[in-house]
Amino acid sequence: MDNLDKAIINLLQDDFPICEAPYQNVAERLGIDVDELLQRLERLLQTGVLSRFGPMFHAEKMGGGLTLAAMQVPEQRFDEVAEIINSFPEVAHNYARQHRFNMWFVLATERPEQIQYILQDISEKTGLKVYDMPKKKEYFVGLRLPV
Amino acid sequence: MDSLDRKIIKLTQSGLPLVPEPYQWLARQLDISAEQLMRRLEAMKNAGIIRRIAAVPNHYKLDYRFNGMSVWDIEDAHVDRLGEHLGQLDFVSHCYQRPRHLPEWPYNFFAMVHSTEQAGVERQIAEIAALLGDYNRGHEILYSTRILKKTGLRIR
Repeated sequence: MDNLDKAIINLLQDDFPICEAPYQNVAERLGIDVDELLQRLERLLQTGVLSRFGPMFHAEKMGGGLTLAAMQVPEQRFDEVAEIINSFPEVAHNYARQHRFNMWFVLATERPEQIQYILQDISEKTGLKVYDMPKKKEYFVGLRLPV
Repeated sequence: MDSLDRKIIKLTQSGLPLVPEPYQWLARQLDISAEQLMRRLEAMKNAGIIRRIAAVPNHYKLDYRFNGMSVWDIEDAHVDRLGEHLGQLDFVSHCYQRPRHLPEWPYNFFAMVHSTEQAGVERQIAEIAALLGDYNRGHEILYSTRILKKTGLRIR
């Protein structure tokens, strides 16, 4: 990752324009050619430096459901349980954490009632208790990781 | 949200196409004009359905190896006021009030912090603790050790 990659990552974490030639617009701001931007972006995605580039959707504003759920998974069953959870397309993120509660995942669904069905399904398929922790209030969301 | 919005979400949820005119490209798939597609995207942004169009980095690959979910037990009567306050700290990337699950889980306030070094996270947590003072009845930091999945929303 060189300085140009870093500049691309920093710039693209902010709002990407909605206009006829948005990559051209960004490339001009970086002082590079649009083909170079597209090639760099493709490589950053392929190598997993960026996990995605596109619209960040808000399930609740779509009229859907969103929750954070936690589980206490026995170490020897960790990978097996992760596989079951990750197999649901509605699981948007899943993180291993250093704690008794060692698996934390976010569910995003098109309809609110799906949340309970899927949590129930996960609990049945894993035989483990699922702790549902839907937000009661959001005070701030706006992750930026400058490089 | 109507069926066209839904089609736009399905077509872009894995990412924008990497072509010089991405909105034209998407519009062609949907058999609509680029102007109509751009208007729909703007409308979804205004409605908050799209938070923003942006790159989602992998924390670890950017050297942010210390990603702490700090969790706090704050008296219910004060959590809202304190939450608004803590949400303004520039190093807090997400912060929420969530339900407790007593007795195993006494925490009702979550604040995510990120740093390239553990000391950075510890400094940030100390700052939050100082702001909470006596309202903090207990806290922990749950560091992430692995990303098991990170696709974002996927509708079927």
